[in-house]
Amino acid sequence: MVALAKPFQPVATGASLDIKGVSHAFDIDGSVLPVLDDVSISVAPGEFVALLGPSGCGKSTLLRLVAGLEPPRAGTLEEDGVAITGPYPSRVVVFQDPTLFPWRTVWDNVALGLEAQGVLKTQRHRVDAAIDLVGLGAFKKAYPHQLSGGMAQRVALARALVNDPRILVLDEPLGKLDSLTRITMQAELVSLWQRNGFTALLVTHDVEEALFLANRVIVFSDRPARVTADITVDRPYPRHRGDPHLAELRRQILGLLGLDATW
Amino acid sequence: MPTYSASEVASLRGDRETALIAGDGGLQFVSRLRFSITGVGAGLAWLAFGLSCLRWPDIGDWPRTEVVAYTAFAIAGGIAIATTAQAALGKFGDGVQRRAPWLFALGAFLTLWELSTAKFGWLPLPFFPPPQSIVEVYTDDLPKLLDSAFASVKLQLGGYFIGAAVGFLTGVSIGWSRLAGYWVHPILRFIGPLPATAWLPIAFFTFPSAWSASTFLIALATGFPVTVLTWSGVASVSSAYYDVARTLGARPSFLVTKVAIPAALPHVFVGLFMGLGASFAVLVVAEMIGVKAGLGFYLQWAQGWASYNNMYAALIVMSLLCSGAITLLFKVRDRLLVWQKGVVKW
Repeated sequence: MVALAKPFQPVATGASLDIKGVSHAFDIDGSVLPVLDDVSISVAPGEFVALLGPSGCGKSTLLRLVAGLEPPRAGTLEEDGVAITGPYPSRVVVFQDPTLFPWRTVWDNVALGLEAQGVLKTQRHRVDAAIDLVGLGAFKKAYPHQLSGGMAQRVALARALVNDPRILVLDEPLGKLDSLTRITMQAELVSLWQRNGFTALLVTHDVEEALFLANRVIVFSDRPARVTADITVDRPYPRHRGDPHLAELRRQILGLLGLDATW
Repeated sequence: MPTYSASEVASLRGDRETALIAGDGGLQFVSRLRFSITGVGAGLAWLAFGLSCLRWPDIGDWPRTEVVAYTAFAIAGGIAIATTAQAALGKFGDGVQRRAPWLFALGAFLTLWELSTAKFGWLPLPFFPPPQSIVEVYTDDLPKLLDSAFASVKLQLGGYFIGAAVGFLTGVSIGWSRLAGYWVHPILRFIGPLPATAWLPIAFFTFPSAWSASTFLIALATGFPVTVLTWSGVASVSSAYYDVARTLGARPSFLVTKVAIPAALPHVFVGLFMGLGASFAVLVVAEMIGVKAGLGFYLQWAQGWASYNNMYAALIVMSLLCSGAITLLFKVRDRLLVWQKGVVKW
């Protein structure tokens, strides 16, 4: 409840993210498969940036590089001007699958980061606060197999937020949810982002979702991914799905993705 | 006319029942008696067993026939009372009632056994001893049997725990470290599939005592399945779990102890279960061949005297111990793996 009791903090606690000339490739059966081709993106502190692109174009790979799970083949990534060399809890990833640890209760799952960093003993209240933040206070002792898909993904969000990330990396976190739960959680994501002020980097397939959430939408080409457009979404929050300005942007982005025939 | 919902009626009836019982014992107790066909049937089966012991003379010399008969009568009465007064006896009554069909089958089997061995000799003696001669072992040879059981348990526990611990650690290291895998895997493939009993002759010569040799062999039999399954458990942990833990700041030691091992535990328990079965086999063979104590030795000794009743008695004890060990293992597993859906109940 500590986090909720605090007054709204408009001051951005997010970090800046600089992706400079990053290229990446995979070796598959001896041949080299290029996935990222000279990608440069600069994200300001506290910005919400959505990455849109065709399926399999390499967006998720870019997120793995940002998280520090893999080093890029070429180029550099920097958090607040410091090179990213490995995973660090200031950059937390929420994956498409909640990947909760089935042998841990909701509380223990959320506590994972603090436990791994060895600060759980003094910081237990942060776990409770994070669980309350995503509205699952009544499920602290439940095991993951007892949760619905939406609840599990909320737990995954709480597990990320408990670390007070400066950059929250979201890899299609709502991709597998039903459409009603997705709409609810999109609104929750916006309010969490506004409340906590982190920098958010979201990969999604859903143009409407990108426009509903993000300050900027970056459109990628087919693999190997290159940045084909960088669109600023200059609309205030909370946004409305029926906003004609968003509809126009949506038409424009679908055109960039070669899907304008469906409009 | 008032209308009641089903639950209201039920609660009314419940209130009345408790009120009646609270009011005055004797008469109300009788009102709660229920006649149970299976319960009475089971009682009759045991009664038949007792009667079969007394009705005809034994064709051999078995001093415990009468004791067995009266015990059977007591059991018959106990079953009949427990099932009839089931409601008043609570959990115990329910338990007896639930097992009544089995108690019936057991009574019928004992009757048949009694008739075909002690009374009419349809089955050849001494290979098929009657129930009273097995009871006689438990009453007259109990200290020796208990000593043997105790020796077996001690030997088994020592070997099993050493084997399980070494197997678990080996499995985790080869599942986690490529270097450990490189060196240990070939050895495991070469030695593991060899039945542990094949080592018996060598082990009894090279080890200082039959006891230490048997402990080693039991540990070997346990260790192989535990190693392989722990290894496969650790190796099959989804890399997504490691990714999550690493982005949250986990160090390698955390990844092993808090991710790899808990994720592998269901496999580890399969290995522990298989190892338990394999180690029982080694235990008995080792006791029959080299160790001068234990239930295997008791079996061997009884065979030397052609006293088949002692062998059956030892087999029953052995079965109870092995089944008890597996029950215990499954209890531990259920405790540790509550997070799993639908674990098999033993």
